[in-house]
Amino acid sequence: MAKIMDMKSAIGEFVKPGSTVMFGGFLGCNAPLKAIDEIIEEGIGDLTAISTVNSFTNSDIGLLFDNNLIKKFIASHIGTNKVAVQQYKSGQIEMEYYPQGTLIEKIRCAGAGLGGVLTPTGLGTLVEEGKEKKVVDGKEYLLETALGADVAIIKGFKADKAGNILYSGTANANPIMATAAKVTIAEVEEIVEVGEIPSSDVGTPGIFVDAICMGYDADKYRDAIREMCKSVGIYR
Amino acid sequence: MNAKEIIAKRAAQEFKDGMVVNLGFGIPILAGNNIPEGVNVTLQSENGMLNFGATAPIGEDDPCMCSAGGAPIKELAGCSVFNLDTSFLIIRGGHVDMTMLGALEVDQMGNIANWAMPYGEGKYGPGMGGAMDLLAGAKKVLVTTTHTTKGGDSKILKKCTLPLSAAGVVKVIVTELAFMEVTEEGLVLKEVAPGVSVEEVLAKTEAELIVPENVGVMKF
Repeated sequence: MAKIMDMKSAIGEFVKPGSTVMFGGFLGCNAPLKAIDEIIEEGIGDLTAISTVNSFTNSDIGLLFDNNLIKKFIASHIGTNKVAVQQYKSGQIEMEYYPQGTLIEKIRCAGAGLGGVLTPTGLGTLVEEGKEKKVVDGKEYLLETALGADVAIIKGFKADKAGNILYSGTANANPIMATAAKVTIAEVEEIVEVGEIPSSDVGTPGIFVDAICMGYDADKYRDAIREMCKSVGIYR
Repeated sequence: MNAKEIIAKRAAQEFKDGMVVNLGFGIPILAGNNIPEGVNVTLQSENGMLNFGATAPIGEDDPCMCSAGGAPIKELAGCSVFNLDTSFLIIRGGHVDMTMLGALEVDQMGNIANWAMPYGEGKYGPGMGGAMDLLAGAKKVLVTTTHTTKGGDSKILKKCTLPLSAAGVVKVIVTELAFMEVTEEGLVLKEVAPGVSVEEVLAKTEAELIVPENVGVMKF
């Protein structure tokens, strides 16, 4: 059952050195920035991080690379982050690539009790190496197996006290990751009473959430995106 | 016009009314700024959005509404957002009519390499992101690329040398010199850019290029 925890306690209880952790968010958008700051504050390292893409240096999960806390990265892309690329080239971190649509299906499988999915993506490329192929109705597919984690850290907009999550904007991988780990920590901007989030607006039902944690206020997320966009020339 | 503008403007002529389109970074985004008048396309973003507009200026930015490039964007009327699994259902499931993306190399069999540069022994990067799913699922794949590398080597090859992103999926290649189509017979030169000769295209192309009797000239 979901319980409200302060971020420090939740990270301390659930994220251990060597843990495999899924991080929601997409280039800083709807990313659990407070949880990431707390992991850095506690210096919890040797992490295997699972994320859709990397972020830019000095923002979002990029900070985990900057602080040498990552041992292995499982994602569709690393190249936005020069620090991470350098760590990969030097052998400091391991890298495991999956096409983005394959990665999210692998995560969905872990939450959905499925052993894997059959996808045409990656046929004829390095991605197919070591993987079983199946022919269905005359068409070839790759078998991609489920991918779970010890902890999923997601970012919602609001949670009610039962852990029902309301997302705002592009929720990206957050709702899928919320289903796929042994423990799910939800970072939110507001915690409201049960019943205050209309049922049809619930993006993640509370049964998936273990810890509800207050994140930063809205300005902090907005400013983080602005700073990131300035650093890469989207904003001047 | 510089090379990128020529490519973007010619590629933009391939937008047809009613298409659902996914655009890669760089030149494809430029092409998106040159959609012909009267043509309405629906843009899809891999991070989970349909019907979005330009980058939102500071003051109008919503940190929860960002593009696949990280920029806060404006919503257009009829905009929708959805989770990442739905986004890739759209991409992989054949619901995107056309994708435009860049390439490191492309070849006469319609193979494309755009994710893996050598990073050392057995290591590659920067990663495929959503490109492999787009290549597997989009109904039409249009590649926008400069014809040659900065060093002057042809990027239009007989056979890609870098690790592939997908095999045999490219239909159209647009460069600053030529508009080419991948057909069952091979790679066909359909048009040259204004002021460019067929001989110049042939000289700068490593691939075997089929030159029909009548080669058109790009019109802008």
